[in-house]
Amino acid sequence: MAGTTHGSGRTGWILSIPALILLTVGAAGPLLIVVVYAFLEPGEYSGVVWDFTTEAWFRVFFERDIFDDTVTFADAHLTIFWRSLKLSVLTTLIAFAIGFPTAWFIATRPPNKRAFWLFLITIPFWTNLLIRTFAIMEVIRNQGLLNTFLLNFGIIDAPLQILYTDTAVLIGMAYVYLPLMVLPLYAAIDRFDFRLVEAGYDLYASRMKVLRRVILPIVRPGIVAGSILVFVPSLGAYVTPRILGGGKNMMVGNFIELQFGQGRNWPLGAALALLLLMIVLVALLAYVRVTSRDDANG
Amino acid sequence: MTEAAVEARSARKEYGAGEKKVRALNDVSVVINKGEFFTLLGPSGCGKTTLLRLIAGFESPTAGMILLGERDISTMAPYDRPVNTVFQSYALFPHLSVADNIRFGLTMQGTPKAQVDARVAEMLALVKLEAFADRKPQQLSGGQQQRVALARALAPAPEVLLLDEPLSALDLKLRKEMQLELKRLQTETGITFVFVTHDQEEALTMSDRIGVMRDGQILQIGGPREIYNKPVNRFVADFIGETNVLTGTVEQGGVRLPTGDVIAVDNLDAAIQGTKVSLAVRPEQVRIGDGALQGRVAETVYFGTDTHCHLRMSDDTEVVARMQSPPSGDTGLQEGQTVSFDFVPGAARVLED
Ligand SMILES: Nc1ncnc2c1ncn2[C@@H]1O[C@H](COP(=O)(O)OP(=O)(O)OP(=O)(O)O)[C@@H](O)[C@H]1O
Ligand SMILES: [Mg+2]
Repeated sequence: MAGTTHGSGRTGWILSIPALILLTVGAAGPLLIVVVYAFLEPGEYSGVVWDFTTEAWFRVFFERDIFDDTVTFADAHLTIFWRSLKLSVLTTLIAFAIGFPTAWFIATRPPNKRAFWLFLITIPFWTNLLIRTFAIMEVIRNQGLLNTFLLNFGIIDAPLQILYTDTAVLIGMAYVYLPLMVLPLYAAIDRFDFRLVEAGYDLYASRMKVLRRVILPIVRPGIVAGSILVFVPSLGAYVTPRILGGGKNMMVGNFIELQFGQGRNWPLGAALALLLLMIVLVALLAYVRVTSRDDANG
Repeated sequence: MTEAAVEARSARKEYGAGEKKVRALNDVSVVINKGEFFTLLGPSGCGKTTLLRLIAGFESPTAGMILLGERDISTMAPYDRPVNTVFQSYALFPHLSVADNIRFGLTMQGTPKAQVDARVAEMLALVKLEAFADRKPQQLSGGQQQRVALARALAPAPEVLLLDEPLSALDLKLRKEMQLELKRLQTETGITFVFVTHDQEEALTMSDRIGVMRDGQILQIGGPREIYNKPVNRFVADFIGETNVLTGTVEQGGVRLPTGDVIAVDNLDAAIQGTKVSLAVRPEQVRIGDGALQGRVAETVYFGTDTHCHLRMSDDTEVVARMQSPPSGDTGLQEGQTVSFDFVPGAARVLED
């Protein structure tokens, strides 16, 4: 452990080379390709033609009629982005609502039992995402577990149509991304000094107030990390909305895929992907700004 | 007539269940008066913190009750009790500034903003931390954090302030300063303090009354002088300051030591003649010079202002005498020299075991 973390001079620089290569090849390179493609003409069947144009960006926001060249606002695109944003925010909220008590539960177990509970949380990661998503489908479809159960116990008269709705997508995404919320929350709560709860009670704060004024502000780094880890992949989710949302409830990820597949418009796909990236960046900046505001008073 | 601020009535606290049951408090009864500086003193694990936690409301008694004034508060939630705590670990809110830490209790009570601001300023002045109002607790020294904890607990003007070994994390010099500071604050605010320590000197210098605890029980309650000069049993005598313990047999008018000397003892009423008893005499109550007792000087130890002289009597019992060091520092006592000594009248007391 001798002094490598702040490796000075030549050694430090050499040690950072693998990371630099990885960043260049893994992140900057592909991003650059996407940026370039977004300013090219679509090829006949797929790929791109190397002619500079901003048409793809125009097509992100406007629809051009093939016959008379009239231009209309592409509100379908807006709807898709809006739905994606809404579903991702809701997924994050649901994951937090379930993840916080879960993480709290684990962090308050005796130390030797915590590893077991954390292990349970990570089990879903062992299975392929597709399989997990189909499992969810099996639960919520019209003749699935949930509806059969509710029907048999006479709680409902007709099966609930959950599959192929936004609700199905929400359930699926919340389930898939829940561990990503629980783990950072657990790490934060684990560091939390529980004596502060007593200090709060001692100073006339009820349970709710201790939660709001003491616990949540202190574990905030965990909440921020968990929310980002859930929100970002939710916004770009592809598999879950595709399977559980059916064809009609597209999210941005599916829409982008469409451009690279049937749509045969790679530049538009690239432009949409970049727009998504920008939305994520703006959302994150806004989120971090809001949550790091000092809410000490009031 | 003094009024009771807090009272424990046969308070019992058991942790765990079945095999692993621990009785941390064993039917403790104590009345703490309004405006009093009351100290709970005892060795580690004797139940001091448990008693404080029962008063604060973090635990509820297994049996018995806790009263605040006349009210039974045994089952009242901690946030409803007009009692505040200075925690041993301070437990300052790390996400709040010093001022906001102090503000916390007042805000939670719903005090109007203008009043809160005035009170926070007042508290900052009281603990002399005006210059640090905007710092976070982590940016303060231990002593400063301690004062924030104090100000935070005092701000809502509680009826009773509980302090759980608040000075134990401080170094000796700072500790002495804070002892005076605490005493001053207590006198100025007139709030009842229940102070926990395992440092007997701290207890003696600060308290109006002390409760000496052991194994979940309070053995003796009394003023510092009473506890020091009239310990009820050997444990209290040993725990509070140094003491000489002599054994002897009760007879008419006193206790006969193995050396044959008879010592006059005041509290002999209950002791039956002929029984063996222990006698306690404080080192400063041993006078060397003339007297009926004889001892050989085994050793003299110089402590600055004091010198301790270890005397060995003919039956090998050792008696330590504490005297003020003369200006020259030399007591003139030679090792091996035999001297006469006696005890200050009323000093020797019979101890229960
Ligand atoms: N939560 C608990 N569960 C089980 N036993 C406990 C618990 N808290 C305290 N005890 C036990 O109760 C007894 C009294 O503990 P307490 O903390 O009151 O001692 P204390 O006098 O404050 O000691 P110290 O000076 O070391 O702080 C101890 O034997 C302790 O082990
Ligand atoms: Mg304790």
